[in-house]
Amino acid sequence: MLAQRSSDSGPPRRREIAFDTVTFEAPQNPVCIEIQSLSLWYGPTQALRSVSLIVPERQVTALIGPSGCGKSSLLRCLNRMNDLIPGVRVSGGCRVGGVDVQDPQVDVTQLRRRVGMIFQKSNPFPQSVFDNVAFGLRIGGCSGSELEGRVASALRRAALWDEVRDRLGENALRLSGGQQQRLCIARAVAVEPEVLLMDEPASALDPVSVGRIEDLIRELREDYTILMVTHHMQQAARLSDQTAFLHQGELVEVDRTDRIFSQPRDPRTEDYVTGRFS
Amino acid sequence: MIRRIPAWLFPRLTGAVAWALAGLVLSLILGISLMAWPHLSWAAWVGSENGASNPLDPRSVHLVPLLVGTAARTFLMSLAVIPMGILTAVYLAEYAPSGSRAAGLLRWLVQVLAGVPSVIFGLFGLGFFVGVVGGGLDRWTGDLASPVWGRPALLWASLTMALMTLPVVVVATEEALRSVSQDLRVAAIALGATRLQVLLRILLPNALPGMATGVILAIGRASGEVVPLLFTGAAVATQGSLALNERFMDLAYQVFVLSTQSPDPQASRPLLLASVWALVFLSLLLNAGAAILRFRATPAARDRL
Repeated sequence: MLAQRSSDSGPPRRREIAFDTVTFEAPQNPVCIEIQSLSLWYGPTQALRSVSLIVPERQVTALIGPSGCGKSSLLRCLNRMNDLIPGVRVSGGCRVGGVDVQDPQVDVTQLRRRVGMIFQKSNPFPQSVFDNVAFGLRIGGCSGSELEGRVASALRRAALWDEVRDRLGENALRLSGGQQQRLCIARAVAVEPEVLLMDEPASALDPVSVGRIEDLIRELREDYTILMVTHHMQQAARLSDQTAFLHQGELVEVDRTDRIFSQPRDPRTEDYVTGRFS
Repeated sequence: MIRRIPAWLFPRLTGAVAWALAGLVLSLILGISLMAWPHLSWAAWVGSENGASNPLDPRSVHLVPLLVGTAARTFLMSLAVIPMGILTAVYLAEYAPSGSRAAGLLRWLVQVLAGVPSVIFGLFGLGFFVGVVGGGLDRWTGDLASPVWGRPALLWASLTMALMTLPVVVVATEEALRSVSQDLRVAAIALGATRLQVLLRILLPNALPGMATGVILAIGRASGEVVPLLFTGAAVATQGSLALNERFMDLAYQVFVLSTQSPDPQASRPLLLASVWALVFLSLLLNAGAAILRFRATPAARDRL
């Protein structure tokens, strides 16, 4: 399903595959995110090296790789959260739904409403459950009964409604860890983004909560394009349609998830998915 | 060497000092209450009907007008210091380029302000607010013969106090803003909030208890402070008006005057004791308020409720 052309510009002697473009032979879904030769520096340190990746719409794409390989940096490029870190420099481009994300003319607040983000550590506001979900809607100018309806539907989508319908006024910090993370998903989903970026969304949770989050991701996949960073191999294998392996800032390999785990082409990928290094 | 100190020594020593201090504070409060108790009659608060009331005789002054004067100047001070302090702190915490020399200088100047002796504030208030601002107003309105604004008054005393307590509010607010979890900030930004929305909807609401603590501490300090008032508007006795451009009566000032300059110490002793008691309990009340706010400021504490 995936074919890649190795780069003409890359030095031929080095044993690495550089992707300038990745095309699909028969793409089932239209392209949602298109990352092209994206490099990123934190001051003098290069965190991403000419990464190119295509993320199809309404699929789950998993980003795997050892700590510090640039997965989270890549994720944060797509909603410009890297802007918050001083000394970040980016070259190359990424487009989300055709919009050039790195364009200085882009309205980043609009962009972030289209590209939602879920963090590793759930971070609900110390306010009521309702106010948490309503936050993004309110700053977008939504109010009254429309607000109430959209909050309820976001909570339903995040599979949290039945648990919190009678606790909407309660402080969100009183929810359990797993509920808090689903609340954060509801909060992100409420503003109806196209893309959900998830940065290890289930890594700080107990196994039961992890299962619920995974079920939820499977459901959300129907409506959203999901790009998920995970350290958990089985999770990537269970949830994702395609998997990209990053190593030391380089995108080593991207393929259908079953192929990445059964027959990776690059020895580094094989070493990683089989647990020979982490 | 350190090994030779017996293990029981430090817990006992530190405990003894701490409890001795606590005992001192308690006996102070208790002692003042006991001494003042006989004098806290209804007449001490509002004055007796039959007593010859000469408003310019300090002995015929009562607690209620003193408390009203103190409340008025503290309220006016709060009106000035809260917005000034919060705006400065928001600039320092949010908008000043981090690590910039200008912000560092500003922060240092705020600390300098905190270290300026109160008598200097008094003289500054007299020179600047009364002389320059008030005198300027009079010159502008063209009536120099009988100054309306260019004299010590309630407004100038309040503004002088506001300057003096500004550092408390700035430091507490900046600290409170900075201690709002970075996670919340990031969460709001990731939802598409602008910088101003993050400030108004996340940072300020979450910093509110810390900010209120600072304001109450500022009020607590100002309400008992006398020295700046000596030059800027307090009076032993007034006609009882609370005009912005008139002198006013004040609890702390009354204590100072009665204890140092009373023409008849024996006669003014009841009022002095009652005033001291009122002052101590005012400060106790404000500190209790600050403690409650601090308690509510921590989410864990709030959750236990």
